[in-house]
Formats: sequence, C-alpha cells, structure tokens
Amino acid sequence: MEHKHIISVLVLHKPGVLQRISGLFTRRWFNISSMTVGSTENPDVARMTIVVQGDDTVLEQVVKQLNKLVEVVKVTDLNSKKSVQRELCLVKVYAPTEDSKSQVIQYANIFRGKIIDLSTETLTVEITGDEQKVNAFLDLVRPMGIKEIARTGLTALMRGSKILKSNKA
Amino acid sequence: MKGAEAMMKALEAENVKVLFGYPGGQLLPFYDALYQSDFLHILTRHEQAAAHAADGYARASGDVGVCVATSGPGATNLVTGVATAHADSSPVVALTGQVPTKLIGNDAFQEIDALGIFMPITKHNFQIQKTSEIPKIFRKAFEIAKTGRPGAVHVDLPKDVQDDDLDLEKYPIPAEINLQGYKPTKFGHPLQIKKAAELMKIAQRPVIIAGGGVQIANATPELIKLSEYAQIPVCTTLMGKGVFPEEHPLSLGMVGMHGTQASNYSVYESDVLIAIGCRFSDRITGDLSSFAPNTKVIHIDIDPAEIGKNVGVDIPIVGDAKAILKDILIHLMKKEMVNKTEWMENVKKLQKKSMPVMEFDNTPIKPQKVIKEMMAALREVDPGLTNTVLTTDVGQNQMWMAHYFQTSAPKSFLSSGGQGTMGFGFPAAIGAKFARPDANVIAVTGDGGFLMNSQELATIAEYEIPVIVVIFDNRTLGMVYQWQNLYYGKRQCAVHLGETPDFIKLAESYGIGALRVEKPEDINEAFKTALNSGKPYLLDIIIDPSEALHMVPPGGNMTNILFPDRQEPTPKAQCFSEMKKILSPKV
Repeated sequence: MEHKHIISVLVLHKPGVLQRISGLFTRRWFNISSMTVGSTENPDVARMTIVVQGDDTVLEQVVKQLNKLVEVVKVTDLNSKKSVQRELCLVKVYAPTEDSKSQVIQYANIFRGKIIDLSTETLTVEITGDEQKVNAFLDLVRPMGIKEIARTGLTALMRGSKILKSNKA
Repeated sequence: MKGAEAMMKALEAENVKVLFGYPGGQLLPFYDALYQSDFLHILTRHEQAAAHAADGYARASGDVGVCVATSGPGATNLVTGVATAHADSSPVVALTGQVPTKLIGNDAFQEIDALGIFMPITKHNFQIQKTSEIPKIFRKAFEIAKTGRPGAVHVDLPKDVQDDDLDLEKYPIPAEINLQGYKPTKFGHPLQIKKAAELMKIAQRPVIIAGGGVQIANATPELIKLSEYAQIPVCTTLMGKGVFPEEHPLSLGMVGMHGTQASNYSVYESDVLIAIGCRFSDRITGDLSSFAPNTKVIHIDIDPAEIGKNVGVDIPIVGDAKAILKDILIHLMKKEMVNKTEWMENVKKLQKKSMPVMEFDNTPIKPQKVIKEMMAALREVDPGLTNTVLTTDVGQNQMWMAHYFQTSAPKSFLSSGGQGTMGFGFPAAIGAKFARPDANVIAVTGDGGFLMNSQELATIAEYEIPVIVVIFDNRTLGMVYQWQNLYYGKRQCAVHLGETPDFIKLAESYGIGALRVEKPEDINEAFKTALNSGKPYLLDIIIDPSEALHMVPPGGNMTNILFPDRQEPTPKAQCFSEMKKILSPKV
C-alpha cells in the first residue's frame, strides 16, 4: 500500500552530496514529497529528512540504495519509530482591513503562530507544526486570500533519548 | 614533487601496471610525469576503447583497470566504457583531466561537468580540489573500486592540481583508509546461513543460478563443491558464464532470455532456487509473476540493495559469495540430503533436449559451425580451454557464443551484460591480453559492433598485441533484425550494413594479417593460422544472415521459448533510390 515515509539520513557534509542523493531519487523514480537539509551537532555531518511516497518495497529500496552511497553514513525509517516532526511555514495573508487583520492574529494565536511582518494590505505568519497542522491553518486563512507561501518541508527526530548514531564510523 | 608525480606514486602503490588512455591539453602534467615513470601506457585510438580495455583488463584479472582521458570530449568519450564497466561490477578507475580550478564553472575551453556526468554511472567519484588531497583520494578511489561489490570510480584532475607542488612526506599515501559511510559486509549472517543449509537439505528440486558475483568472489571451487555434494544443478547468467564448468554433468547452461531449455525449465519447476551473485535482471526473469512460481528463494549477494529488488526472497544472505558458500558447506556436510533421483532424471532429460546442434555443412556458414571449429582449433593448443580468454561484442554473436561455446574457466568469457555495449568486445580483448599475456585472447564480434571500435586495429598493430579478431560477418545488425522480424511484422528498418568495408583490406592497411572464410571446411585451418601466427590477426567469417537463435520474448514467461523462422534479410530497396536522388548532383 502506498503511504508516506519519513526517512532520516546522516550524510557527510560535503559539496555534491545533495546532487548524488537527488540524482538517485530521480534515476530510480522514487517519489520525493519533501527534502530538508541542515547541519547537525557534528560539523562533518549533515542531516537530511526525506519524505517519500511509495509502498514498502519502494521504501526498502530507498533505504538500501541510500545506504550504498559512499557519503551516506546512516539511514533510518522514522515511521517504524516514535518521532517528532515539524515543518516551518511562512504565509502572507491578504488582510487589508483592521477586522481581517485581527482575525488573522486570532487564528495565528490559536495555532500558536507568530506574526512576523505587517503591511497595510498583508500579514505574514510564521507557523510550525506537523504537516496536518500547517495544512489546517492554511485552509483556515485561504478564504481571506493567500498571497504567498514558503514551506520548508518536514524535519524530524526520534522521540526520547534515542539518537541516530553512525554505526559505520 | 608535482601533483602529477604524486599521482604516479599513488598508482604505483596500487600495483597498477598498465594504463589505457589518450592524452590532451588538460592532462599535460600527468603525461609528463608518466614520461618519467615506468608505467606501460597504451595509447588507444579512441577514449571509449581505453575504458573498455581497462574494463577487459579488470574482468580478466580481477584487479583494477585504469583508463585516462582529457577534459571535455575526452571525458565524455569515456562515458560509455565506464558505464559498461560499472553495470557489470567491474573495478575500473577512470581518470579525467579538468581545466584549472580557477576556471571551473566559467565554461572554459574543453570544460565539462565531469563530476556531474560520471556521478550516476560510477560507484563513487571525486574531483581533486587541492594537490594535498591526491594521496588520500587515489587510495580511496582504488579501495572503493575493488572492495565490496566492485565498480567504476572516477577521479577528475584539474590541471593546476596536477601541476602544483606536493610534499609527499607531509601528505603520505595512506596504507589503510577509513571511509565513514562505506563498510561492505563480507561474512554472511550465521542464522541465515543455517536456515539456507536447512532449506537446501530438504529441497527436492533445487537449482542454483550463479552470476557474475561468483566470478568476482573467485568462488568457483566452493560452487562446484556445493553443487556436487548437495546434487544441485547449476545454471549461469551471462555474467556468470565460466564459473561452473559447462561440461560438468550438473551444468544446465545459460539461463534467461536466450538461455537453454534445461536452465529455464529447471528454474521454473524448482522448489528451492539459490541465486548467488546474481541480480535477477529482466533478462533472467522475464515476466516476474510467472518466474519460478513455486519456489523458495535463497539470495546471496554482497550488495544488500540487490536482494529483494526484483524477486521476492525467502532467505537473504548479504556478503561475499566465497565466504558464504564455505559456511553453508560446513553446515551441509553434517546433514543428509533428501533423495533427488527423480529431479536428476528430469534434469538429464532437459539437458538432452538442450543439446546444441553444431554440425552444419551449409554455405553461407552457420555460426554454430564456426564455434565448433573454433573450439576444436583452440583445444589443439589449449586442451582444457582454460588458457583462453574470449571477449564478445553485443548482439547475435554474443548470444551464439554464450550458448554454444563451452567455457571451463572463470574470468575467461568477457561480455557486456548490463549495458549491452556494442563496440565492447574488441577493445576489451586488448585489455584482457595485458591481464593474461600467456592466454589465447579472442575477440568475437559482429560486423556492426566491430565497426564501432575498429580503429583499435591501429593500436594492436602499433604495439603488436596478439589478439585475434573473429568477425561473424552477416552484413546485418542481426539481433535488431531478428526482433524486427519477430515483433514488427518483418519490417526491417536500418539493419542492413551493406557489403562494405572489405575487412581484409582494412586489416591489411594497418599491417595486420587477415583471412576471409566463406566455406565451412576452411574454418579450422583459418583458426590454426591465426592462433599460430602469434601476431594480431583478423578472421572475417561470412556467415548466414538468416541464422537466428531461439529466445524468450521480453517480459515473457521463461519457459515460452520462441524458435524464430530463419529468413533472409531483405533491404528496403526504395531507401537507396531515394537517397541517390538527394545526393546526386543536379544536371
């Protein structure tokens, strides 16, 4: 059955690694929903959080093929573990009147979002959460008119004290 | 010392003996250092041939083959050869020149993104950005190429990196290298090995598919032992040809699209299938839903990603084939096997059915007859056929050889499997000759494939490399024509090579001895002449263009073997007249 998988990948923090990984996904027709990259506690290692759509066979191949790459240090399927997931979304909402502005502010408060910019016609809200939460907020403000959205894609960590250690070092 | 000199030191440390390459502007420091070194450098006449030669060297020896090309077009010309090597897990290190680092990204003369181009067709690749990185990167490149599942590795060498000074005492060539993200598994999981042995013990209709991985792991002795002890018949893939002696009573021959009936039916009827170092390519399985439907699969492979990729597996074992087979044998030796008399009789019947017919007196000559005479002539100088290395090109010549030529030694049948690269056979034979200087090295090719790298006649003439080229000459792109006949209503499009060139004159123009053979009774003598000459030689054998080998339609059930109606190809006449109208000068 097709579903979304969140895969956490530790890679060597080097130029070209992203190309290697994205090239692998393109070539093998793995369906990426999102991919985030950033540094980790170890300056030589970066973490990629990749959301992939596919069945279990596809997931198995994604993990195995990623593992084959020399610069990939560790791959884990976070679906099989308890994890915390967050995405950052910036959304610019059309709010030309005081009423509409206060409405957005109210919604943002409920979703624990922040107003980070303001103009005569728009409000920019910063919202973090899992995908559903972000989507729910966007659905709420959509009727007012969304001018622009920037989403980072999901990033995630295992819940609890467990960490993704490089077993190959 | 200059960076390029350090590169020579690094190559020496890797025990490299011969480089196949083609110089160019961005490789001038490299070639200058080469001039002062003791390396044998073979100047091929095209970079693609350099890559195939390095690949042939690697396949025949098991060591890393090295090819070199300059930046830009030099690098792109290497691509086909590197992709070919990588697809067949052949350890090749490809070195390319690159524009100086300060020009990278500026679209300089002969600049190309070699790093990007080689990335998807290699196991890994590097661009050396600082001279101080040379010792480590060279060590890493060779380590990655030859360990685990071998493959092609590319290293891009900017010109200034070759030119700049390097203190080798400060940056020595490391003996050991620790690659954080790269730790291939060698030994199989003990529990899985035990399970596999249990299953083999109770199997009533077991079959082994031995692939190229057995070749790479040098696991032939263990494979023979397992097969004999447990009474398991063995079929091989194209890449595995040679890992199990084909005259052995338990040999079933090649499996798959062009495989033997014995192999394909045995696999279909098996209850336990033991795949060793084989990746279950579509050429082996055909339609996956009808492939070996009632079987339990034990899959042994050093690359975990190959296990479960195409065929569902019951017992996966990751590791080196030799080590795993050894461990399985230890478990098996303690056990009693299930009686397999019935299965053995069935296998024998199938083997009888698959016996190839090779005696033909027809003119034009049948390819089967050529192969029969080739084997006879070879056996006179090499009775066990163990001191003979064959390379094939791609197409019908390849499948005829795979089907009819009985191989008895590993690493002696070199063929482009994964990529099916036309033009591979002849240059690969050049490399193989350097790996096995004492062996009879024969390149079997079609006329189409030979023309793709025939310029290498210059190379074998120049260095007097005693490789024998055997052209199965039918003036046709035979495999394509066969498929057009079978699946496209006999509409033969662009498969006729016509009557040119005269390969004898071509060979002679390079100063190479050559013979044309048109009658079956002359074949044996021609082979003897070529074999005894001790020089490069070309045999142009005019064969029957209507000859075709049986096959399974792509994506079909592997027991549904199609025997083609043999039909003379007929060129599409109006093509030529149209062409002439366009090309003839207006009056």
